[in-house]
Amino acid sequence: MTHVPTVSYDDAGALPVERLDLLLAAHHHDRHQLVQLLREAQELQGWLPRATLAHLARGLGMTQAQVEGVAGFYRFLHMRPMGRYRVLFSDNITDRMLGSEALMGELCELLRVVPGRLRDDGRVSVDKTSCTGLCDQGPALLIDHRHVITRLDGERVARIASLIDAGVPVDEWPAQWFRVVDNVRRADVLLGAPLRKGDAIAAAVGRGPLMLLEEIKRSHLRGRGGAGYVTGRKWELCRQAAGDTRIVVCNADEGEPGTFKDRVLLTRHADLVFEGMTVAALAIGARRGFVYLRGEYRYLLDHLHRVLQHRRDAHLLGLAIQGVDGFDFDIDIHVGAGAYVCGEESALIESLEGRRGTPRIRPPFPVECGYLGQPTTVNNVETYCAAAHVALHGAPWWSSLGTPKSTGTKIHSVSGDCERPGIYEYPYGTRIGRILEDCGALDTQAVQVGGPSGICLSAFEFGRRIAFEDVPTAGAFMVFDRTRDMFDVAHNFAQFFAHESCGFCTPCRVGTALVVKRMDKLVAGRGSRHDIDVLFELDKLMHTATHCGLGGAACNPLRDTIAKFRPAYEQHLKSLYFEPGFDLDAELSIARRMTGRDDPAAHMEGTP
Amino acid sequence: MKPADVPVPSFTLDGEDVAFQPGDTLLQAARRAGRYIPHLCWHPEFRAHGSCRICIVTVDGRPGAACTVLAAPGLEVKCHTEELHAHRKTLLQMLFVEGNHFCPSCEKSGNCLLQATAYEIGMEGPHFEEFYPDRPVDASHPDILLDFNRCILCELCVRASRDVDGKSVFAIAGHGMGTHLVVNSDSGRLADTDITLADRAASVCPVGVILPKRRGFVVPIGRRRYDEHTAADGATQEAS
Repeated sequence: MTHVPTVSYDDAGALPVERLDLLLAAHHHDRHQLVQLLREAQELQGWLPRATLAHLARGLGMTQAQVEGVAGFYRFLHMRPMGRYRVLFSDNITDRMLGSEALMGELCELLRVVPGRLRDDGRVSVDKTSCTGLCDQGPALLIDHRHVITRLDGERVARIASLIDAGVPVDEWPAQWFRVVDNVRRADVLLGAPLRKGDAIAAAVGRGPLMLLEEIKRSHLRGRGGAGYVTGRKWELCRQAAGDTRIVVCNADEGEPGTFKDRVLLTRHADLVFEGMTVAALAIGARRGFVYLRGEYRYLLDHLHRVLQHRRDAHLLGLAIQGVDGFDFDIDIHVGAGAYVCGEESALIESLEGRRGTPRIRPPFPVECGYLGQPTTVNNVETYCAAAHVALHGAPWWSSLGTPKSTGTKIHSVSGDCERPGIYEYPYGTRIGRILEDCGALDTQAVQVGGPSGICLSAFEFGRRIAFEDVPTAGAFMVFDRTRDMFDVAHNFAQFFAHESCGFCTPCRVGTALVVKRMDKLVAGRGSRHDIDVLFELDKLMHTATHCGLGGAACNPLRDTIAKFRPAYEQHLKSLYFEPGFDLDAELSIARRMTGRDDPAAHMEGTP
Repeated sequence: MKPADVPVPSFTLDGEDVAFQPGDTLLQAARRAGRYIPHLCWHPEFRAHGSCRICIVTVDGRPGAACTVLAAPGLEVKCHTEELHAHRKTLLQMLFVEGNHFCPSCEKSGNCLLQATAYEIGMEGPHFEEFYPDRPVDASHPDILLDFNRCILCELCVRASRDVDGKSVFAIAGHGMGTHLVVNSDSGRLADTDITLADRAASVCPVGVILPKRRGFVVPIGRRRYDEHTAADGATQEAS
């Protein structure tokens, strides 16, 4: 069980060498544990001084620059002091719609801090972070990368400010602030009555690995993380690939803004997730599994460790599972450190190996060459839940749900402009309009399905259905009513992609930043039709040229909203002709001041 | 069968056959055949990296980086099309506005692959607004100047120092637009590393980041590599 150390920030400069050595020993001086080591070392000191990086580098036989390179990749690892209190406001569009920007402004004013900068006394810093997966109970914030606070309002923000000023430890703050509710609004098979622990494993063992694999294939189960690859096929490729051992990875890096279904599955149905992973282990012949838990869900870590221990005690993990000789499998949890790109499976594996989460060149695919070069199957949290059900109830039952091409059910994270945000599970084939009715959405202008990298649907498309063959989704369902400016939505998504670009390839690294620049120009009222043309050009390039899907999808919301909500853009245009990114007349003000002139001839033509 | 009878596998590049050896990427095969696929981060001495994306081609209609896609018999590869040239030009413009590139005052001018490729592709201006990042130079080393303003993050120096020199003097840090080259020493300065001018890492930079000191303009402008050749010429497709 992970020991939670007491943080001492006042002597942040002093290096707790003995504590670092204990961490190094606990991780067997294994450089593949670097991300975990950095995260845990930061929990000791609040940040990562160079001396800490150097000490870890020596302990792992790495160079200091390599360690620095890894630490600098992750948004939640800091190489400068961030204060005894590190406050991060969730910056998804749904948080903004609930007033997060004004609340952050209030907190900064009360605490007298500049966003992104450490307060002079070194006590506190306040900044924004990408969606924390609490859109159904926002506005939300993350504090010290350990705690989440939901349902922020002015009163709560004022009390947070006084608690910080009084130096009260976060553990002593009102417990109800940290309460995360599940908000399950509609349950179908996955969120319904839980399976009895071990039943799916027993059924899988009864079938044997090959028949089990057949059953998963026959169910036509497809991945729930977005790409929709056929699960049985992935497992089969992994089983058939050459390797000394095989690895099962659960992708719980639920970073797509507006998605929080995995949060609820891990909270309420962790046993089902682990059961599905164990079934996968049997099918592919794996002995080792990992859950890659996003850093924002750090607060779930102790709970997940407890569930794993219960399962070991019940012989559902470990050696000879359910008494079957040779069926050995156990699961470790790796906690991410703030990097959306690690949801991409090869980047996730890089991160598991203790490196920068840069997506790999593919092929080879992880099923052939994944974690430490071994065949690895990476599946979404929800996919493992579904696989456990298929193992127990069989393929015919599963494929009786949904549509012929999209079998089973899908869980949606519903947020935004609706009366009942939360988790909704429906069979595939459900109309968008049905979900809108059920969640109490009124006067809806648009729905962003699948998050920023998904698709934006306008009212005339609400008859379309959730299915791989119509509207595929990774689970986000963000609702926007007619009071919303869809340009603001696209602007928020563009900022998200620029913030989360890993920086590896040119088109994504520079392209996402250029998109934000252009949209900022429109916000400043200096846009022209030319700027929209440039946005189109960038979109086309990024769809064609990026190294991974993140960059490719980064312009999806832009493309959709320009196509479907063009007036939202045009109201930001100053003219239909070219406008420079800066105010030429204002640039002349220094010259005017120096020459003491302010007559019309000292101004650009046409400006007063 | 005699070896001569074994058909050599090939793919087509813009309609012409290119033979390849097992394990070749499209770029490796094209380079060996003397064909030009524009590239910056790829170098024949090193494993593919795939970050600059200048070598973008279409393979049976689908886009891919020629340096990472494995050659296979019968593939139809297109490289020199109007659309792909437009993309390459935009990628080059992105690299130019991302850093601080002032060719007329750069010692690497004329020997620079970024500059030569921009000429080859016909890039006439930056098109986008410059970012003008603040990147201090590191002049600490007695023999080598580091000017990070021109870095295109190709990681050739990282790879050369690690894989050829066995020193790992360089690494990549940061993320997004903040991604940057770092130097492996306590101080973070080049003077405190064991790099020497003889290292492969000291000569591999395709742009003007890693420069030998006291050699400025020894070869005058007008008589440099890309004054006499182009980035498309068989012998000068790389700068170093």
